[in-house]
Amino acid sequence: MSTTESTPDQVETEVVVDPNAVSLTINGKTVAARKGELIIAAADRTSDFIPRFCYHPRMKPVGMCRQCLVEVEGPRGPMMVVSCMTPVAEGQVVHTATEQVKKAQEGILELLLANHPLDCPVCDKGGECPLQDQAFSHGPGESRYVEEKRHYEKPIPISDLVFLDRERCILCDRCTRFASEVAGDPLISFTHRGNNTQVLTFPDEPFASYFSGNTVQICPVGALTAKPYRFKARPWDLEETQSTCTSCSVGCATVIQSSRDQVLRFQGHDNDEVNWGWLCDRGRFNFESINSENRFTTPLVRENASLVPTSWSKALEVAARTIRMAVSSKGANSVAILGGARLANEDARAWALLANNLGLTMHDAQLDDGLSTEVFHLPQATINDATSATTVILLSPDLKEELPVLYLRLRDAATKNRTRIIEFTTKASGLTRYAWKSVNYEPGAQVAAVAAALNDSEIANQMRKGNVVIVLGRANLAESSDFTAQAYNAIATAFPAVTVLPVLRRGNIRGAVAAGLASENNARSILTAASEGHIECLILLGADPLSDVPDLDLVRRALAGAQNVIAVDTFPTASTLRADVVLPAAAYAERGGTTTNLEGRILPLSQKITARGTSRPDWMIATELAEQLGADIGVESINDLTAIEVPAQALQVLSAAGISAPERNSYDLRLVVSRKMYDNAVSTVTSPSLAQLSIGAGIYLNPRDIERLGAPVGKDVKVSTSLKSVILTLHADESVLKGTAWVPFNQPGTDIRELLNANDLIVDVRVENLS
Amino acid sequence: MSRLTDANIAIAYEIIGRYPRPKSALIPILHLAQEQDGYVAQDAMKHIAELVGVTPAEVFGTASFYEMFKFEPVGKYLLNICGTMSCALMGAEELMHHAEKRLGIKAGSTTPDGLITLEHAECQAACTEAPCLQVNYRYRFKMTPGELDTLIDDLAAGKLTDEIPAHGVLATVRQRIPAERGVGAVAPEKVNESPQWLDGKPAL
Ligand code: SF4
Ligand code: SF4
Ligand code: FES
Ligand code: FES
Repeated sequence: MSTTESTPDQVETEVVVDPNAVSLTINGKTVAARKGELIIAAADRTSDFIPRFCYHPRMKPVGMCRQCLVEVEGPRGPMMVVSCMTPVAEGQVVHTATEQVKKAQEGILELLLANHPLDCPVCDKGGECPLQDQAFSHGPGESRYVEEKRHYEKPIPISDLVFLDRERCILCDRCTRFASEVAGDPLISFTHRGNNTQVLTFPDEPFASYFSGNTVQICPVGALTAKPYRFKARPWDLEETQSTCTSCSVGCATVIQSSRDQVLRFQGHDNDEVNWGWLCDRGRFNFESINSENRFTTPLVRENASLVPTSWSKALEVAARTIRMAVSSKGANSVAILGGARLANEDARAWALLANNLGLTMHDAQLDDGLSTEVFHLPQATINDATSATTVILLSPDLKEELPVLYLRLRDAATKNRTRIIEFTTKASGLTRYAWKSVNYEPGAQVAAVAAALNDSEIANQMRKGNVVIVLGRANLAESSDFTAQAYNAIATAFPAVTVLPVLRRGNIRGAVAAGLASENNARSILTAASEGHIECLILLGADPLSDVPDLDLVRRALAGAQNVIAVDTFPTASTLRADVVLPAAAYAERGGTTTNLEGRILPLSQKITARGTSRPDWMIATELAEQLGADIGVESINDLTAIEVPAQALQVLSAAGISAPERNSYDLRLVVSRKMYDNAVSTVTSPSLAQLSIGAGIYLNPRDIERLGAPVGKDVKVSTSLKSVILTLHADESVLKGTAWVPFNQPGTDIRELLNANDLIVDVRVENLS
Repeated sequence: MSRLTDANIAIAYEIIGRYPRPKSALIPILHLAQEQDGYVAQDAMKHIAELVGVTPAEVFGTASFYEMFKFEPVGKYLLNICGTMSCALMGAEELMHHAEKRLGIKAGSTTPDGLITLEHAECQAACTEAPCLQVNYRYRFKMTPGELDTLIDDLAAGKLTDEIPAHGVLATVRQRIPAERGVGAVAPEKVNESPQWLDGKPAL
């Protein structure tokens, strides 16, 4: 046995430096640990692996499986303990591989396998299965059990995405713990506890958690399988690379797995700063969109009424000619670029260089649905800053719907009593249950609500207790973003030390802005200019304004008014159908680079498969277009492009127009328009497993308003502003504030953007029965 | 079948008031639901979930541990015939056969008139009185087929209503704890203080 023990001197110095330091011995080797740490966690830093099924470093230990038994020396000799429930102690002597330990571990495995069907050849988990692996490494090799095994109906769906095979389940409590402890959706539970313990949902209530895919990943056997991956591949045929999810701006660490040049699965990867290994189901399962048939694989140019396939050289030539003619006839102001948040930093940088070279002044990476890019110049906070702050103030959309894993992180902080959340919201959100204070306001009254809260001595005292982080984003698309800016300013003026976690939601929005894809002129002014006929050439960089810009009328007029539209995109969308030239861009996983998450953290994006058809990365398209245009942007390869660091932080408050909302007529309801996790986003609708999960267009009112209006729940009603009206199905929803109406954005069915107008400060609607 | 009636909701709130955390009242309220419908109905479990602030899956997870909660309708009388060793030796099997023949049903099912559900039971801890059975958990000792016939006749004729209330009724006298004597809800932030766990992370 090696003698790496530290001398008493060293130990003493350590204790002085850190009162939480603990030194113990594992299999004769000295291990430095911290008070409260578990033996299994300390052992994980050594080369001695302790087998385990139920222990997961991101969840509370429960000691369910007993596979992690080790011996700890005590006054009465060695004692068998579960290493996932036993904390380290000073001078503790641990053995993980004695005869006794081996016997115990083999015994447990024999018991776990007593009822296990051993259908590894037809099990998705086979090849990456902790049960299989540990049966080989720590099992007895054979079983004394000859009895009939337990039988259950083979896999039953427990949600639209997850199947459960109860015969394979070893009752480790990981999925159920995840559901209640991490996701806060305890929709699965051990039932029929005893001889027939099994994981089940309530009979008619599926495991419809936004985070259900994580249970599939952490299940240590093949009991839980995900519909999008079932029987698609064997683990040993998969190749993988680490990357970052860009479905929203949280930037969760992922592993992209592919086989035969096809992406088959995304897995979560543990990143201490960001996602702790978790993914939301949208981010996890929208890999299907990459394999969608519905993609651009070749350049297209408009010939008369239709878009026809052509060569890259022809398409680039047409695009370059369009841009050149626009610049020469109407000046650089007549060429506009919208979008860029889908792009990698390098792509965005190449496009920004091209825009600069041509002297363009009309570009924006947002689509009039976020906040001013000034938010990036406020004093910034990271996710970890927020989860360790004394107080977090939410001036943001429902994080559970829009930035799901950030919701998990904040929920964790709030439930572990580290952080108090003060929420300002127009509608009960995913975090309302965990908020210390949840303040409801009617659209337009956000500033008043914030001012009142700041005058509340309990709230003000709480905010004085320590760090305050404001999560700042666009909560309501039917309300001027100036109200949010005013509300932020009120807090930042009263508490100048606050820091900000900006939550503009679109994937690489922060990177695109940092790269230079946002100009003085924002999307709204660009679209207005286009509608007035001032834009000769509108370039859409992976943007679909016809689906995403809140003011539908404005965007329709803009696309009609723009002389030419060049679309650089991966998927056909409402807007690309209107294009004169389509340049097919490589999809996620088909190109590399970096992405910047909402905190400004630059994270890797990896290429795993070859791009479909002749589609190319966006930076390459920009470079080739630059060449056609004779514009030297100095880019030969992706290595000439570097991600731009987040610019210096110079602002204390945001510029905000001094607007105030008009009174609401008591017959009207004030409109709240916000997003759900599953909507018409192109990566969702092109993923068959997710496309069906959208709730569909509708209007949701507080039950008391419904009673007052005598409106028919479940039936269509007429919803009108002073200008327009739409027909929507009416639903009752307790989480909607009285006097307001909630309408989800961009859902299948009626386009509710008919009700929105970019210049409206707030939108009041009237709900009437049809007939 | 159904959610709790208004009268039972009032009782449920009284029960909740006894405990520092609402979810501690889960089991007593499940009994209440079983008393109301004769079994624990799906809608009742959903209603209980709302009342004590958990999900229906959690209610079902807890409830399904207990053999005495039934999730399908059962007859007014639940007839449990013990079949474990002592009773088996003393003629439990004949007794069961007799019951099946007499009632015209198999063990595990309910008579068409909804009067009796017949079940096998494990040892009822009355081995010295074998063979024994229970009607809604009221014992009958050293039963013979003849005595079983009489029992069934009496049940059908309503002669035993005083002694044996319908299935689900725990006791004929309800325990009432007036609100001021309940523990009552404590401050919400106290309730949320979960037990201290070692979470495997370095202590802060
Ligand atoms: S389904 Fe998997 S994760 Fe859930 S308890 Fe069973 S073995 Fe564990
Ligand atoms: S939270 Fe956002 S970044 Fe994370 S997996 Fe979901 S969509 Fe992707
Ligand atoms: S890993 Fe320790 S008991 Fe399961
Ligand atoms: S064996 Fe029947 S009561 Fe014990």
